[in-house]
Amino acid sequence: MHIPDGFFNGATSFGAGVVAAGGLSGALRQSTARLKDRQIPLAGLVAAFVFVLQMINFPVIPGMSGHLLGGALAAILMGPSVGVVVVSVVIVLQALLFADGGVSALGLNLINMAVVTTLSGWFVFRLVRAPLPPTRRAVLGAAFLAAMISVVASAVVFVLEYAIGGVGGVSLTNVLALMAGSHLLIGIGEGFITIAVVGAVLQARPDLVFGAKDLAYDGTERLSMRRFWTLAGVAAVILLGLTTFASANPDGLMWVAEQTGIGLDARSSATASSPLSDYGTAGLSGVVGTIVAGGIGIVVTFLLGWGVLKVFRRRSSV
Amino acid sequence: MSGGHTHALHVHGHSVVHKLPGHLKVAGLVLFVAAVVATPARAIWAFGLYAAGLAVVAGLAGIPVRFIGKRMLIEVPFLLFALLLPFVGEAPYVSLAGMRISEAGLLAAWTILAKASCGVVASILLAATTEIPEILAGMNRLRVPTAIVAIAGFMVRYLEVISDEMGRMRVAMAARGYEPKMFWQIKALATSAGALFIRSYERGERVYLAMVARGFQGTMPTTDDSPAAAVDIMRALAIPAMAGIVAVLALVGGR
Repeated sequence: MHIPDGFFNGATSFGAGVVAAGGLSGALRQSTARLKDRQIPLAGLVAAFVFVLQMINFPVIPGMSGHLLGGALAAILMGPSVGVVVVSVVIVLQALLFADGGVSALGLNLINMAVVTTLSGWFVFRLVRAPLPPTRRAVLGAAFLAAMISVVASAVVFVLEYAIGGVGGVSLTNVLALMAGSHLLIGIGEGFITIAVVGAVLQARPDLVFGAKDLAYDGTERLSMRRFWTLAGVAAVILLGLTTFASANPDGLMWVAEQTGIGLDARSSATASSPLSDYGTAGLSGVVGTIVAGGIGIVVTFLLGWGVLKVFRRRSSV
Repeated sequence: MSGGHTHALHVHGHSVVHKLPGHLKVAGLVLFVAAVVATPARAIWAFGLYAAGLAVVAGLAGIPVRFIGKRMLIEVPFLLFALLLPFVGEAPYVSLAGMRISEAGLLAAWTILAKASCGVVASILLAATTEIPEILAGMNRLRVPTAIVAIAGFMVRYLEVISDEMGRMRVAMAARGYEPKMFWQIKALATSAGALFIRSYERGERVYLAMVARGFQGTMPTTDDSPAAAVDIMRALAIPAMAGIVAVLALVGGR
């Protein structure tokens, strides 16, 4: 996910830099009050932690590897504005110290991996927690979904950026199917690590979890089946919404691009047959393939979420 | 936590490049990469000149070619994607050795290959010749907000704390005959990740209190605030300025 130099045209890279700088300074302004004192060491610690997590790379498909992003974790531990600042620090230092991600693509990388992951993660976290009781299990379930969806959201935003100023003549539907599908898998891994860390911190130092300040700590409470299905329902609705957004959007974007002529020079529309239009969706046409992939993703996530809840139920009832 | 901070990409040395002030090197890197990205891909000669400029810096700094090559492996996933482009790109096509190759895809592949390589090598050269505190001080002098530099400073310190702590926990687990490697053992890994966080945080709290006791007020004291010497500015910006001129020439006449 660390975009190198030259992957996007100069204008897009520069524009993204301006947007990222704006977002970062907004987050800084929001967080200065909290960053004054003891928060700075904690922010540095979370940054180091995210840095270590981002170094764990695993292959997704040949030619593409994924790693954890950590935006949702930072948002849940430190709140959204400090979270944006923390992950931004990680991305900047990776570019300067480890040549990971191009310096000219810093704006794009900041938007994808610091701003979008943190804000979407926080949004999902709050959304899922809203109808649920303030329990440890609700926090962890929300954290899992927040982490997973933040990664997919980041991938979708990458595709939008690619539509605006990416280099190369690949059809958007292919890029979208590839990115969203692979990042659903990465997101599941991200979800596991996120609940692991949030769970452990909740157990030992609940005061350190910003997103669970309201938590009435009660280790004995059990999750009723009705609440479980509410959680599952909310998850399904969010995922389905994301899928239809993902599948509907390229066409809208292509339309806008064709009307205005930004970035895309006379590229054929997503529905026209390009030589390998079945390239990430195994024979299905793009939009249908994306919806099918999304459906499979929802089922897989359901099962996983159920398993995760089960593990934590057993653990907290001890 | 003691002195002599070095990192994986640093190559110790006393060359001209090593001695340049950090903020000039960071600014130089940004300018150089901006020039590279702005260059139209068809101006192949321009990328030859960029490569020559990078080679001069690497030679002056005494950074071995093998070291740079090894670190360039980070590009590989994107290069594979780039190599795919000529085959999945769109019309017009040319045929090469019996295969149908997209012209736009071919150009895109070259763009990514050339620009990403120049960018990665330039970043490697910065990291190889500059110690972390210098980069942080450089960011400070380039008016990067203090909160960001402060968090970055703590991050760099905690990186060592966290990786050392992680190593100790792994040794402790192995000593008790347990080495989780498989996916179904993820619970053990997950709990250690959480425990690692708490342990490092509580150590971080103690470090912070110790710093406050010694007069820490939110920023690290800087020892060198003197304006950069004109010679240093010229040295640091020579190659980026050359790249800028090349980019302008390529934009004007190279198409």
